[in-house]
Amino acid sequence: MSERRIRVLIAKPGLDGHDRGAKVIARALRDAGMEVIYTGLRQTPEQIIAAALQEDVDVIGLSILSGAHMHLFPRILELRRQQRLEDVLVFAGGIIPDQDISKLKEMGIAEIFPPGSSLAEIVAFVKSRVRPPVSGGLNEK
Amino acid sequence: MKTTVSGHPVRELYTREDLAGFDPARDLGVPGEYPFTRGVYRDMYLGRIWTMRQFAGFGTAEETNRRFRYLLGQGQTGLSVAFDYPTLFGYDSDHPCSNGEVGRCGVAIDSLADMEALFDGIRMDQVTTSMTTNSPAAMIWAMYLVTAEQQGAKWADLSGTIQNDILKEYIAQKTYIFPPRPSMRLITDIISFATKHVPRWNTVSISGYHIREAGSTAVQELAFTLRDGIEYVEHGILAGLAVDEFAPRLSFFFDIHNDFFEEIAKLRAARRIWAGTMKERFGARNPRSLLCRIHAQTAGVSLTAQQPYNNVVRVALQALAAVLGGTQSLHTNSLDETLALPTEKAVTIALRTQQIIAQESGVPQIIDPLGGSYFLETLTGEMERASLDYIDRIDRMGGMIVAIENGYPQKEIQEASYRYAKALESKDQVIVGVNEFNLEEPKPVDTLVIGECAQEQQCAKLRRLRARRNNEAVRHALTGLKRAAEGKDNLMPPIVDCVRAYATLGEMCDILRSVFGEYREPPFY
Repeated sequence: MSERRIRVLIAKPGLDGHDRGAKVIARALRDAGMEVIYTGLRQTPEQIIAAALQEDVDVIGLSILSGAHMHLFPRILELRRQQRLEDVLVFAGGIIPDQDISKLKEMGIAEIFPPGSSLAEIVAFVKSRVRPPVSGGLNEK
Repeated sequence: MKTTVSGHPVRELYTREDLAGFDPARDLGVPGEYPFTRGVYRDMYLGRIWTMRQFAGFGTAEETNRRFRYLLGQGQTGLSVAFDYPTLFGYDSDHPCSNGEVGRCGVAIDSLADMEALFDGIRMDQVTTSMTTNSPAAMIWAMYLVTAEQQGAKWADLSGTIQNDILKEYIAQKTYIFPPRPSMRLITDIISFATKHVPRWNTVSISGYHIREAGSTAVQELAFTLRDGIEYVEHGILAGLAVDEFAPRLSFFFDIHNDFFEEIAKLRAARRIWAGTMKERFGARNPRSLLCRIHAQTAGVSLTAQQPYNNVVRVALQALAAVLGGTQSLHTNSLDETLALPTEKAVTIALRTQQIIAQESGVPQIIDPLGGSYFLETLTGEMERASLDYIDRIDRMGGMIVAIENGYPQKEIQEASYRYAKALESKDQVIVGVNEFNLEEPKPVDTLVIGECAQEQQCAKLRRLRARRNNEAVRHALTGLKRAAEGKDNLMPPIVDCVRAYATLGEMCDILRSVFGEYREPPFY
């Protein structure tokens, strides 16, 4: 028996092409021993939730700098509910004004990491909030 | 070992010995003469101060028009238009992908009617305008030309810049629509149209800014930008133009990051490499073809959300580096730009920063005051050689389009960006207020809030436009565009026809999408 590694989907909703942060976080989580899938740019909420389902992830990390988060995040959370993926932790980063952060957290985004957040802090957050299920037999990786 | 912000090694002291192979006559020259290390003009800022050009745009054309008039009233000397994401992607404001994005990161432009509103009361033959548009550059530029014509201006009198640099979009900024090869055709069509009809227009602003913001080193920014420039020149020549016909209208756009001397050296090296390349590689004869004319912007990525007033100081140092590096125009970032688009108050401080350097510091009174510095000349030479190595590597790959298709520059930037993130993490690189000298209690600043109404207003304008315009004329013009796209004719005349008929940006881009296809980047990290 071995512990299943934490599986993370790093996703870029919205039209902006600022993928620097998303890629750095993807690398940092991978270096911390997680399995990371990166969606690429300009993913619709439907595409993101479909990928989360298909890849059987424990965590979704959303990165957005276009300002459309108040339109896109609620939709992603709604689709997560419809697909019964409430166990999947959703966190976010990017340019998100303070006044939106509290609203988004109330809606169900677990944490929002503003510019300047440390990689160690994000890694520790994901590890602390996701208890990797122990698997064995057929599902063992 | 000490390094620059980009990881370039530096020593504690530089002396005459460091300049052993340095020949001032060959490597430095005099300002305004080959190889232009010391500046593109003989008199530099004594002749004319750099253009103070603040990038601006948000909400509707009417709102942005008010910001433009405010900035011009405050002594800004050129305009620079920021478009929203739907406009950059060629979607109308009522397209499903535009939902939540309209007017957020720039101004929404759906048709000629919006461009008319954007320049209402601004004499377009009296101001130079820079427009940050790439994939739909041809359509946006056509809207600008037709609006100017309606004001009574002659195209030959218009001056300004369209960014129109698609290669760095694939490399860094990622606002591409079409695949690289048809995109290059759009660019060469614009270049040849401008050569004939709008000769004072800067057709491509070859941009390192976005490459650097995506995480590259200063040398990578320099090398990839100049190699992009080489690619445009090669394509212009392949399209049948003589190099001296169009090269004088190519200009450059660089990022000015935190490392003071590295940024100054970068601009000096850029001028020397470009002049040499144009002369030796392309045989340019027109002296203006050799000039690397530069727009600079302070580094957005260097701004911190923590203790945002510190950003005023960062911007002032970066702006001074840009001026000492000999820039022709400058945008200074506002202290709140890492949080939102800037407020009027913040943008005024940013503009005043430039005015203080221009009027109070004494710096512009001396042409290239740092020329001959042991350290600066050594660093300039080292950055030049490192860039030429990169350019050579990309040449051997078969050029920049092939390199992009192989993901080469993208991966180089990604590696550099990760190294930098690790340096912040380990505090090898200190950022004041972020990984050192933190405050327990953050003190927020007021930020600009963009309401939901921009999208509603744009959608209502589109409904009225589609009801009011001659839809038969629109269909006819769009058919003409499709035919041209399928053939080999220059695309600018049919695009101008579509614009005159008030075809929307989305309608024109959809035609081109149907002929050229769309580009998708394979995701990797």
